[in-house]
Amino acid sequence: MTSSKIQQFTNCKILRNGHLIDEHLWVRGGTIIDPEKVFFDEKIKANLVIDCKGCIISPGFIDIQINGGFGIDFSNILDNIEERVDCVSKSLLKYGVTSFCPTIVTSPVQVYQNVLKRIKKRRGGAKGATILGVHVEGPFINIDKKGAHPPEYIKNFDSGFQTLLETYGSLENVNIVTLAPELHGSDEVIKQLNALQIRVSVGHSMANLKDGEKAVFNGANLITHLFNAMLPFHHRDPGLVGLLTSNNIPKDKTIYFGIISDGIHTHPSALRIAYRTHPDGLILITDGISAMGLEEGKHNIGQLSIEIRNGTAFIVGTNTLCGSIATMDQCVRLFRETTGCSKEFALEAATLHPAAALGISAVKGTLNFGGDADFLFLDEDLNVLSTWIAGECVYTTSNKC
Amino acid sequence: MRLVILDTSSCVAEWAAKYVLKRINDFKPGPNNYFVLGLPTGSTPYGMYQTLIEYYKAGKVSFKYVKTFNMDEYVSLPRDHPESYHFYMWNNFFKHIDIEPKNVHILNGNASDLVEECNNYENEIAKAGGIELFIGGIGPDGHIAFNEPGSSLVSRTRVKTLAQDTLEANARFFGNDISKVPHQALTVGVGTVMDAKEVMILITGTHKSFALYKAIEEGVNHMWTVSAFQQHPHTLFICDEDATLELKVKTVKYFKALSAVHHKLIEDEIPIEQSRIIH
Repeated sequence: MTSSKIQQFTNCKILRNGHLIDEHLWVRGGTIIDPEKVFFDEKIKANLVIDCKGCIISPGFIDIQINGGFGIDFSNILDNIEERVDCVSKSLLKYGVTSFCPTIVTSPVQVYQNVLKRIKKRRGGAKGATILGVHVEGPFINIDKKGAHPPEYIKNFDSGFQTLLETYGSLENVNIVTLAPELHGSDEVIKQLNALQIRVSVGHSMANLKDGEKAVFNGANLITHLFNAMLPFHHRDPGLVGLLTSNNIPKDKTIYFGIISDGIHTHPSALRIAYRTHPDGLILITDGISAMGLEEGKHNIGQLSIEIRNGTAFIVGTNTLCGSIATMDQCVRLFRETTGCSKEFALEAATLHPAAALGISAVKGTLNFGGDADFLFLDEDLNVLSTWIAGECVYTTSNKC
Repeated sequence: MRLVILDTSSCVAEWAAKYVLKRINDFKPGPNNYFVLGLPTGSTPYGMYQTLIEYYKAGKVSFKYVKTFNMDEYVSLPRDHPESYHFYMWNNFFKHIDIEPKNVHILNGNASDLVEECNNYENEIAKAGGIELFIGGIGPDGHIAFNEPGSSLVSRTRVKTLAQDTLEANARFFGNDISKVPHQALTVGVGTVMDAKEVMILITGTHKSFALYKAIEEGVNHMWTVSAFQQHPHTLFICDEDATLELKVKTVKYFKALSAVHHKLIEDEIPIEQSRIIH
């Protein structure tokens, strides 16, 4: 397809400004365009009219926390790193994910040094979903909230930001850093990361609300898998959960939070609490592990072994949860069922919200003019019918795109 | 002149749409034979456009060989402003149908030389072979297009300063701030519309009833510019019951008695030329 060709998607309901509207979607050169300008200025029509048969068109899903999948664990790849990451990014298309942040859990320094430089930010296409940058979850976390992270590699900011740089090696491919804000030296680290346009997400933490609010003032704008690996809500110190309703953060700032809606990691009632108290900040994440897309049995996550029993992943021999194996499209559907929210909201929680949290909503996560033409055809129950990146069909359940 | 009186405004929309459909299809437009349509904007024709879109989607009519000329546009209003007539036409009609963009003509209120823009518009109409059917609405003061009261009845396309009444009426579309209402517009002239082979004027609602009375029961008068069409050989007024409130009972009865004849105009099987012979 040459870049000057115009595609016009008709007979569809598109998600725009929070509403599913009867509107055509026009695409040229991988970008969503304003057909009014084409009509009146260029006086031309679309080269290709595509009948969408009444389906929903949503922006493509953006997963900002995914540890791997399809037998591959981003934190535990020894060789052929690029190839394996490609394999995951391609396999994700089926689940409607058009952009993602490969997530690396607490790991030895050599893993960061080896892997981080090889998982490059890159545009998506037929070869797979866009890689927005790596989400490094740890190692600067609180050992008391380690979750499934190996405790021996957890670190403090002994030399402040310098420790972080020495640990990760390069920040070039890093997009999000999850850290515990109560760690000594985190104030300076958060400010530095913020200055580098790297998002800071607070999590795996024993922080009280004050620590959380300070982190937000320093530049953090995300909470990692809300409710998981943090202090439980307490009415006299609501902890990081309290950030959802805090009035002691900058007025113009939205706090975003990842939440796993796989029906296991977050109780349906807890999902509803999060949804009703702070819907604007809600981001659906899979926190998917290597076993996502695989059958029951033993698998590896980071330096640990895990086991899938009855569709749930545990650390081998324990009942500690270590990540979800629900896919993004399942999370969207489950979230909608659980909360009774609108289709529009469920979709925006997997599209607009993560894009806004990362500051890329001008090009990703919406179907607005000028944005990247990454989108999905969905049926009324939000099952993925096809996935499109830059206006190109990269996955479909039917034979034709 | 014919006056078709229908029950409601939605009947007016449907009747007008049927008439446009029939006129286009009877014309048998093709690559060497374009049907040229003059078009209005506003709330009155909205229902007609909706119905035409339905007909298009049902495969009853195509606009592939139709050329359109819109009546008017505000001066210096951004084209993508929700009150611009470009915006109206795109969103309420053009984007839904198969018309070729190059066959669409709307005056450019942002042109650097407005006079030249108006003169070119007249030339474009002439080049298209004149307008076959000009559809219009009217204001409560009897204006057609932006030919405000006092406009010359032989006027051509030009820049027009809007009457205070019009500014006040339009302020509601601009956040009730009259200073934001464009005070000038480009508009086809009364003479431009008079040149069309046929003119169909839609009038609905009680607030237009006095204008309808002035249009058809009193003499030709430039203070009620739509009255000029009394002198057009093929004028159709389509109105609802509400719009007849200021008419004489005699007038209403006369035209209602003719309604069977008028309804033949939109019947499928009778060629338009045949039903048109009888006035």
